[in-house]
Amino acid sequence: MADSPQRIDRPLSPHLQIYRPLFTMMMSIVHRITGVGLYFGMAILVWWLLAAATSPSAYATFSAVAGSPIGLLVLFGFTWALLHHALGGVRHFIWDFIHGFGPERVLLAKATLAGSVVLTVVVWIIGLALKG
Amino acid sequence: MVELTLPKNSQVTTGKTWPKPAGAKKLTEFRIYRWNPDDGKNPRIDTYYVDREDCGPMVLDGLIYIKNKIDPTLTFRRSCREGVCGSCAMNIGGTNTLACTKGMDEVLVKGVVNIYPLPHMPVVKDLVPDLTNFYAQHASIEPWLQTDTAAPEKEWRQSKDDREKLDGLYECILCACCSTSCPSYWWNGDRYLGPAALLQATRWLKDSRDERTGERLDYLEDPFRLYRCHTIMNCAQACPKSLNPAKAIAEIKKMMVERQI
Repeated sequence: MADSPQRIDRPLSPHLQIYRPLFTMMMSIVHRITGVGLYFGMAILVWWLLAAATSPSAYATFSAVAGSPIGLLVLFGFTWALLHHALGGVRHFIWDFIHGFGPERVLLAKATLAGSVVLTVVVWIIGLALKG
Repeated sequence: MVELTLPKNSQVTTGKTWPKPAGAKKLTEFRIYRWNPDDGKNPRIDTYYVDREDCGPMVLDGLIYIKNKIDPTLTFRRSCREGVCGSCAMNIGGTNTLACTKGMDEVLVKGVVNIYPLPHMPVVKDLVPDLTNFYAQHASIEPWLQTDTAAPEKEWRQSKDDREKLDGLYECILCACCSTSCPSYWWNGDRYLGPAALLQATRWLKDSRDERTGERLDYLEDPFRLYRCHTIMNCAQACPKSLNPAKAIAEIKKMMVERQI
Protein backbone atom coordinates (compact mmCIF):
# COMPACT_ATOMS: atom_id res chain seq x y z
CA MET A 1 0.00 0.00 0.00
CA ALA A 2 1.60 3.19 -1.20
CA ASP A 3 -0.83 5.41 0.68
CA SER A 4 -1.79 4.53 4.20
CA PRO A 5 -5.27 5.81 5.17
CA GLN A 6 -3.70 8.35 7.53
CA ARG A 7 -1.85 10.13 4.72
CA ILE A 8 -4.93 10.70 2.59
CA ASP A 9 -7.08 13.72 3.35
CA ARG A 10 -10.36 11.84 3.27
CA PRO A 11 -13.61 13.77 2.94
CA LEU A 12 -16.38 13.38 5.49
CA SER A 13 -19.55 12.01 3.92
CA PRO A 14 -22.58 14.35 4.03
CA HIS A 15 -24.86 13.93 7.06
CA LEU A 16 -27.35 16.61 8.19
CA GLN A 17 -27.33 17.99 4.63
CA ILE A 18 -28.79 14.83 3.11
CA TYR A 19 -30.58 12.90 5.89
CA ARG A 20 -34.36 12.92 5.50
CA PRO A 21 -35.82 14.62 8.61
CA LEU A 22 -37.70 12.11 10.73
CA PHE A 23 -40.38 13.26 13.14
CA THR A 24 -38.78 11.70 16.24
CA MET A 25 -35.44 13.28 15.26
CA MET A 26 -37.00 16.72 14.85
CA MET A 27 -38.72 16.35 18.22
CA SER A 28 -35.41 15.48 19.83
CA ILE A 29 -33.93 18.67 18.36
CA VAL A 30 -36.93 20.72 19.56
CA HIS A 31 -36.52 19.20 23.03
CA ARG A 32 -32.91 20.41 23.07
CA ILE A 33 -33.82 23.86 21.74
CA THR A 34 -36.64 24.35 24.29
CA GLY A 35 -34.22 23.22 27.00
CA VAL A 36 -31.78 25.95 26.00
CA GLY A 37 -34.71 28.41 25.75
CA LEU A 38 -35.66 27.68 29.35
CA TYR A 39 -32.29 29.05 30.52
CA PHE A 40 -33.24 32.43 29.08
CA GLY A 41 -36.78 32.05 30.38
CA MET A 42 -35.37 31.54 33.86
CA ALA A 43 -33.58 34.90 33.52
CA ILE A 44 -36.98 36.53 32.94
CA LEU A 45 -38.33 34.77 36.02
CA VAL A 46 -35.38 36.00 38.09
CA TRP A 47 -35.89 39.53 36.81
CA TRP A 48 -39.56 39.34 37.83
CA LEU A 49 -38.69 38.17 41.36
CA LEU A 50 -35.88 40.72 41.75
CA ALA A 51 -38.16 43.51 40.52
CA ALA A 52 -40.87 42.46 42.99
CA ALA A 53 -38.33 42.47 45.85
CA THR A 54 -36.63 45.73 44.89
CA SER A 55 -39.14 48.56 44.54
CA PRO A 56 -42.55 49.46 43.10
CA SER A 57 -40.87 51.39 40.29
CA ALA A 58 -38.66 48.41 39.34
CA TYR A 59 -41.76 46.24 39.30
CA ALA A 60 -43.57 48.77 37.14
CA THR A 61 -40.68 48.67 34.65
CA PHE A 62 -40.87 44.87 34.51
CA SER A 63 -44.66 44.95 34.09
CA ALA A 64 -44.41 47.45 31.25
CA VAL A 65 -41.86 45.34 29.37
CA ALA A 66 -43.62 42.02 30.04
CA GLY A 67 -47.01 43.55 29.14
CA SER A 68 -45.84 44.96 25.82
CA PRO A 69 -46.76 43.00 22.67
CA ILE A 70 -43.20 41.68 22.31
CA GLY A 71 -43.08 40.87 26.03
CA LEU A 72 -46.33 38.91 25.79
CA LEU A 73 -45.03 37.04 22.75
CA VAL A 74 -41.84 36.08 24.59
CA LEU A 75 -43.86 34.95 27.63
CA PHE A 76 -46.15 32.93 25.38
CA GLY A 77 -43.10 31.28 23.79
CA PHE A 78 -41.62 30.63 27.22
CA THR A 79 -44.85 28.97 28.36
CA TRP A 80 -44.82 26.72 25.30
CA ALA A 81 -41.12 25.87 25.70
CA LEU A 82 -41.71 24.99 29.35
CA LEU A 83 -44.71 22.78 28.65
CA HIS A 84 -43.11 21.16 25.61
CA HIS A 85 -39.95 20.38 27.53
CA ALA A 86 -41.99 19.06 30.46
CA LEU A 87 -44.03 16.76 28.21
CA GLY A 88 -40.78 15.71 26.51
CA GLY A 89 -39.57 14.78 29.99
CA VAL A 90 -42.68 12.66 30.48
CA ARG A 91 -41.90 10.95 27.17
CA HIS A 92 -38.38 10.21 28.38
CA PHE A 93 -39.90 8.85 31.61
CA ILE A 94 -42.07 6.46 29.57
CA TRP A 95 -39.00 5.35 27.60
CA ASP A 96 -37.16 4.67 30.87
CA PHE A 97 -39.68 1.86 31.45
CA ILE A 98 -39.00 0.42 27.97
CA HIS A 99 -42.30 1.56 26.48
CA GLY A 100 -42.96 3.60 23.37
CA PHE A 101 -40.13 2.30 21.18
CA GLY A 102 -42.25 0.55 18.56
CA PRO A 103 -44.14 2.20 15.69
CA GLU A 104 -46.14 4.04 18.37
CA ARG A 105 -43.09 6.28 18.91
CA VAL A 106 -44.30 8.67 16.19
CA LEU A 107 -47.75 8.92 17.77
CA LEU A 108 -46.10 9.60 21.13
CA ALA A 109 -44.02 12.39 19.57
CA LYS A 110 -47.08 13.92 17.91
CA ALA A 111 -48.98 13.75 21.18
CA THR A 112 -46.15 15.63 22.89
CA LEU A 113 -46.27 18.41 20.32
CA ALA A 114 -50.09 18.65 20.22
CA GLY A 115 -50.30 18.44 24.01
CA SER A 116 -47.82 21.27 24.50
CA VAL A 117 -49.66 23.58 22.08
CA VAL A 118 -53.09 22.84 23.58
CA LEU A 119 -51.84 23.23 27.17
CA THR A 120 -50.13 26.53 26.31
CA VAL A 121 -53.34 27.95 24.86
CA VAL A 122 -55.34 26.70 27.86
CA VAL A 123 -52.87 28.25 30.34
CA TRP A 124 -53.10 31.58 28.53
CA ILE A 125 -56.88 31.53 28.32
CA ILE A 126 -57.06 30.88 32.06
CA GLY A 127 -54.36 33.47 32.76
CA LEU A 128 -56.00 36.19 30.71
CA ALA A 129 -59.44 35.36 32.16
CA LEU A 130 -58.13 35.67 35.73
CA LYS A 131 -56.48 38.98 34.84
CA GLY A 132 -59.88 40.14 33.63
CA MET B 1 -18.24 17.89 18.53
CA VAL B 2 -21.27 19.27 16.78
CA GLU B 3 -20.31 20.59 13.35
CA LEU B 4 -23.37 21.27 11.27
CA THR B 5 -21.51 21.96 8.02
CA LEU B 6 -19.03 19.87 6.07
CA PRO B 7 -15.29 20.61 6.10
CA LYS B 8 -13.94 22.38 3.02
CA ASN B 9 -12.50 19.25 1.41
CA SER B 10 -15.84 17.44 1.82
CA GLN B 11 -18.18 19.92 0.18
CA VAL B 12 -20.00 18.32 -2.69
CA THR B 13 -19.82 19.79 -6.20
CA THR B 14 -21.81 19.11 -9.36
CA GLY B 15 -20.34 16.30 -11.41
CA LYS B 16 -20.80 14.74 -14.78
CA THR B 17 -24.07 13.71 -16.46
CA TRP B 18 -23.47 10.42 -18.22
CA PRO B 19 -25.24 9.71 -21.54
CA LYS B 20 -28.57 7.91 -21.52
CA PRO B 21 -28.47 4.31 -22.72
CA ALA B 22 -29.36 4.22 -26.43
CA GLY B 23 -32.88 3.11 -27.32
CA ALA B 24 -34.07 2.81 -23.71
CA LYS B 25 -37.79 3.50 -23.20
CA LYS B 26 -38.11 3.49 -19.42
CA LEU B 27 -35.35 5.34 -17.58
CA THR B 28 -34.68 6.02 -13.91
CA GLU B 29 -32.30 8.81 -12.96
CA PHE B 30 -29.59 8.04 -10.39
CA ARG B 31 -27.58 10.79 -8.67
CA ILE B 32 -24.59 9.27 -6.98
CA TYR B 33 -21.87 10.64 -4.67
CA ARG B 34 -18.41 10.20 -6.17
CA TRP B 35 -15.01 10.77 -4.65
CA ASN B 36 -11.73 9.61 -6.05
CA PRO B 37 -8.70 9.62 -3.69
CA ASP B 38 -6.34 9.94 -6.66
CA ASP B 39 -7.49 13.13 -8.41
CA GLY B 40 -7.26 15.58 -5.48
CA LYS B 41 -10.72 17.05 -6.17
CA ASN B 42 -13.75 17.53 -3.94
CA PRO B 43 -16.57 14.96 -3.95
CA ARG B 44 -19.13 15.40 -6.73
CA ILE B 45 -22.58 14.14 -7.71
CA ASP B 46 -22.71 12.25 -11.01
CA THR B 47 -25.98 11.65 -12.86
CA TYR B 48 -26.71 8.34 -14.56
CA TYR B 49 -29.73 6.88 -16.35
CA VAL B 50 -30.67 3.26 -15.81
CA ASP B 51 -32.65 1.35 -18.44
CA ARG B 52 -35.37 -0.26 -16.33
CA GLU B 53 -36.24 -2.84 -18.99
CA ASP B 54 -32.66 -4.12 -18.87
CA CYS B 55 -32.24 -4.08 -15.08
CA GLY B 56 -33.60 -5.71 -11.91
CA PRO B 57 -35.88 -3.78 -9.53
CA MET B 58 -33.53 -3.13 -6.61
CA VAL B 59 -31.23 -0.16 -6.06
CA LEU B 60 -28.27 -2.56 -6.08
CA ASP B 61 -29.38 -3.84 -9.50
CA GLY B 62 -29.21 -0.23 -10.68
CA LEU B 63 -25.71 0.26 -9.26
CA ILE B 64 -24.47 -2.95 -10.90
CA TYR B 65 -26.10 -1.87 -14.18
CA ILE B 66 -24.21 1.44 -14.02
CA LYS B 67 -20.90 -0.24 -13.15
CA ASN B 68 -21.25 -2.85 -15.91
CA LYS B 69 -22.66 -0.73 -18.71
CA ILE B 70 -21.94 2.94 -18.11
CA ASP B 71 -19.08 3.67 -15.72
CA PRO B 72 -16.81 0.84 -14.47
CA THR B 73 -15.03 3.22 -12.04
CA LEU B 74 -18.11 3.50 -9.78
CA THR B 75 -17.05 1.93 -6.47
CA PHE B 76 -19.31 0.31 -3.89
CA ARG B 77 -19.37 -2.73 -1.60
CA ARG B 78 -21.79 -5.58 -2.22
CA SER B 79 -21.87 -9.30 -1.74
CA CYS B 80 -24.91 -11.41 -0.89
CA ARG B 81 -27.62 -9.34 -2.66
CA GLU B 82 -30.24 -10.58 -0.17
CA GLY B 83 -29.83 -8.57 3.01
CA VAL B 84 -27.73 -10.95 5.10
CA CYS B 85 -24.19 -9.61 4.64
CA GLY B 86 -24.69 -5.89 5.22
CA SER B 87 -22.04 -4.84 2.68
CA CYS B 88 -24.19 -2.56 0.52
CA ALA B 89 -25.34 -0.26 3.35
CA MET B 90 -25.57 3.32 2.07
CA ASN B 91 -27.73 6.41 2.27
CA ILE B 92 -30.50 6.00 -0.30
CA GLY B 93 -33.26 8.57 -0.72
CA GLY B 94 -32.16 10.28 2.51
CA THR B 95 -32.29 7.18 4.71
CA ASN B 96 -29.67 4.57 5.53
CA THR B 97 -30.57 1.15 4.17
CA LEU B 98 -29.28 -1.78 2.14
CA ALA B 99 -29.18 -1.25 -1.63
CA CYS B 100 -30.00 -4.91 -2.24
CA THR B 101 -33.30 -5.04 -0.35
CA LYS B 102 -34.61 -1.60 -1.32
CA GLY B 103 -36.62 -1.25 -4.51
CA MET B 104 -35.78 1.73 -6.75
CA ASP B 105 -39.42 2.79 -6.84
CA GLU B 106 -39.58 2.88 -3.02
CA VAL B 107 -36.90 5.55 -2.70
CA LEU B 108 -37.65 8.02 -5.47
CA VAL B 109 -37.43 11.68 -4.50
CA LYS B 110 -38.93 13.73 -7.35
CA GLY B 111 -38.33 10.76 -9.63
CA VAL B 112 -34.63 10.46 -8.73
CA VAL B 113 -32.68 7.84 -6.78
CA ASN B 114 -30.17 9.77 -4.63
CA ILE B 115 -27.28 7.74 -3.24
CA TYR B 116 -24.61 8.82 -0.75
CA PRO B 117 -22.19 6.84 1.40
CA LEU B 118 -23.21 6.20 5.02
CA PRO B 119 -23.34 9.65 6.68
CA HIS B 120 -20.55 11.36 8.63
CA MET B 121 -17.87 8.80 7.86
CA PRO B 122 -14.44 9.14 6.24
CA VAL B 123 -14.79 8.16 2.59
CA VAL B 124 -12.42 5.55 1.12
CA LYS B 125 -13.82 5.95 -2.40
CA ASP B 126 -17.26 6.78 -3.82
CA LEU B 127 -19.83 4.84 -1.74
CA VAL B 128 -17.26 3.02 0.41
CA PRO B 129 -16.90 4.47 3.93
CA ASP B 130 -14.06 3.67 6.33
CA LEU B 131 -15.64 1.48 9.04
CA THR B 132 -12.45 0.91 11.08
CA ASN B 133 -13.72 2.80 14.12
CA PHE B 134 -17.14 1.15 13.87
CA TYR B 135 -15.60 -2.34 13.98
CA ALA B 136 -13.21 -1.37 16.79
CA GLN B 137 -16.21 -0.22 18.86
CA HIS B 138 -17.92 -3.55 18.27
CA ALA B 139 -14.77 -5.38 19.38
CA SER B 140 -14.57 -3.19 22.50
CA ILE B 141 -17.80 -4.63 23.92
CA GLU B 142 -16.19 -8.10 23.71
CA PRO B 143 -18.88 -9.83 21.68
CA TRP B 144 -18.23 -13.39 22.78
CA LEU B 145 -19.39 -15.68 25.58
CA GLN B 146 -17.40 -15.16 28.78
CA THR B 147 -17.67 -17.51 31.74
CA ASP B 148 -15.90 -18.26 35.02
CA THR B 149 -17.30 -21.71 35.75
CA ALA B 150 -15.57 -24.67 34.15
CA ALA B 151 -16.69 -25.44 30.61
CA PRO B 152 -19.31 -28.20 30.47
CA GLU B 153 -18.52 -31.50 28.80
CA LYS B 154 -20.71 -30.73 25.79
CA GLU B 155 -22.33 -27.34 25.17
CA TRP B 156 -23.49 -24.47 27.39
CA ARG B 157 -27.18 -25.24 27.90
CA GLN B 158 -29.87 -22.60 27.62
CA SER B 159 -33.60 -22.86 28.20
CA LYS B 160 -36.01 -21.98 25.41
CA ASP B 161 -37.21 -18.96 27.39
CA ASP B 162 -33.67 -17.67 27.88
CA ARG B 163 -32.90 -18.23 24.24
CA GLU B 164 -35.95 -16.17 23.29
CA LYS B 165 -34.51 -13.18 25.17
CA LEU B 166 -31.89 -12.89 22.41
CA ASP B 167 -34.49 -12.47 19.67
CA GLY B 168 -34.31 -9.02 18.13
CA LEU B 169 -30.65 -8.76 19.18
CA TYR B 170 -28.71 -11.58 17.57
CA GLU B 171 -29.99 -10.87 14.04
CA CYS B 172 -27.80 -7.78 13.61
CA ILE B 173 -25.60 -7.98 10.49
CA LEU B 174 -23.32 -5.05 11.45
CA CYS B 175 -24.15 -3.05 8.32
CA ALA B 176 -23.73 0.25 10.26
CA CYS B 177 -27.00 1.72 8.95
CA CYS B 178 -28.14 2.51 12.52
CA SER B 179 -24.94 3.99 13.94
CA THR B 180 -24.38 6.27 10.96
CA SER B 181 -28.02 7.46 11.05
CA CYS B 182 -27.59 8.73 14.61
CA PRO B 183 -26.87 12.48 15.04
CA SER B 184 -25.34 11.72 18.43
CA TYR B 185 -22.95 9.29 16.74
CA TRP B 186 -22.18 11.93 14.11
CA TRP B 187 -21.09 14.44 16.76
CA ASN B 188 -19.41 12.04 19.20
CA GLY B 189 -18.62 8.92 17.18
CA ASP B 190 -15.12 8.83 18.63
CA ARG B 191 -16.39 8.27 22.17
CA TYR B 192 -20.05 7.22 21.91
CA LEU B 193 -20.26 3.53 21.01
CA GLY B 194 -23.33 4.00 18.82
CA PRO B 195 -26.51 1.93 18.36
CA ALA B 196 -24.94 -1.11 16.64
CA ALA B 197 -22.25 -1.77 19.25
CA LEU B 198 -24.72 -1.12 22.09
CA LEU B 199 -27.32 -3.49 20.59
CA GLN B 200 -24.62 -6.16 20.59
CA ALA B 201 -23.66 -5.22 24.15
CA THR B 202 -27.30 -5.87 25.09
CA ARG B 203 -27.18 -9.20 23.28
CA TRP B 204 -24.36 -10.38 25.61
CA LEU B 205 -25.81 -8.74 28.73
CA LYS B 206 -29.02 -10.68 28.18
CA ASP B 207 -27.39 -14.02 27.44
CA SER B 208 -28.23 -16.38 30.32
CA ARG B 209 -24.95 -18.26 29.79
CA ASP B 210 -22.68 -15.21 30.07
CA GLU B 211 -21.12 -14.62 33.50
CA ARG B 212 -19.52 -11.21 33.02
CA THR B 213 -22.66 -9.05 33.16
CA GLY B 214 -21.18 -6.84 35.91
CA GLU B 215 -17.94 -6.19 34.06
CA ARG B 216 -19.83 -5.50 30.85
CA LEU B 217 -22.01 -2.92 32.61
CA ASP B 218 -18.91 -1.37 34.23
CA TYR B 219 -17.42 -0.79 30.78
CA LEU B 220 -20.62 0.87 29.52
CA GLU B 221 -21.15 3.06 32.63
CA ASP B 222 -19.74 6.18 31.00
CA PRO B 223 -21.20 9.55 30.00
CA PHE B 224 -20.13 9.00 26.41
CA ARG B 225 -20.03 5.27 25.65
CA LEU B 226 -23.67 4.70 26.65
CA TYR B 227 -25.31 7.92 27.73
CA ARG B 228 -24.86 9.88 24.49
CA CYS B 229 -28.02 8.07 23.39
CA HIS B 230 -30.77 10.70 23.59
CA THR B 231 -33.50 8.45 22.19
CA ILE B 232 -33.55 10.21 18.83
CA MET B 233 -34.56 6.84 17.29
CA ASN B 234 -33.19 7.30 13.78
CA CYS B 235 -31.52 3.92 14.43
CA ALA B 236 -34.82 2.09 14.83
CA GLN B 237 -36.13 3.72 11.66
CA ALA B 238 -33.01 2.89 9.64
CA CYS B 239 -32.38 -0.76 10.59
CA PRO B 240 -32.92 -2.90 7.47
CA LYS B 241 -33.49 -5.95 9.69
CA SER B 242 -36.26 -4.13 11.64
CA LEU B 243 -34.34 -4.36 14.90
CA ASN B 244 -34.64 -1.69 17.57
CA PRO B 245 -31.27 -0.48 18.91
CA ALA B 246 -32.93 2.43 20.76
CA LYS B 247 -34.95 -0.05 22.82
CA ALA B 248 -31.87 -2.21 23.45
CA ILE B 249 -29.98 0.84 24.74
CA ALA B 250 -32.91 1.75 27.01
CA GLU B 251 -32.67 -1.75 28.45
CA ILE B 252 -28.98 -1.23 29.27
CA LYS B 253 -29.84 2.06 30.99
CA LYS B 254 -32.51 0.23 32.98
CA MET B 255 -30.02 -2.48 34.00
CA MET B 256 -27.68 0.28 35.21
CA VAL B 257 -30.40 1.58 37.53
CA GLU B 258 -31.53 -1.86 38.66
CA ARG B 259 -28.06 -2.90 39.80
CA GLN B 260 -27.90 0.18 42.07
CA ILE B 261 -30.98 -0.86 44.04
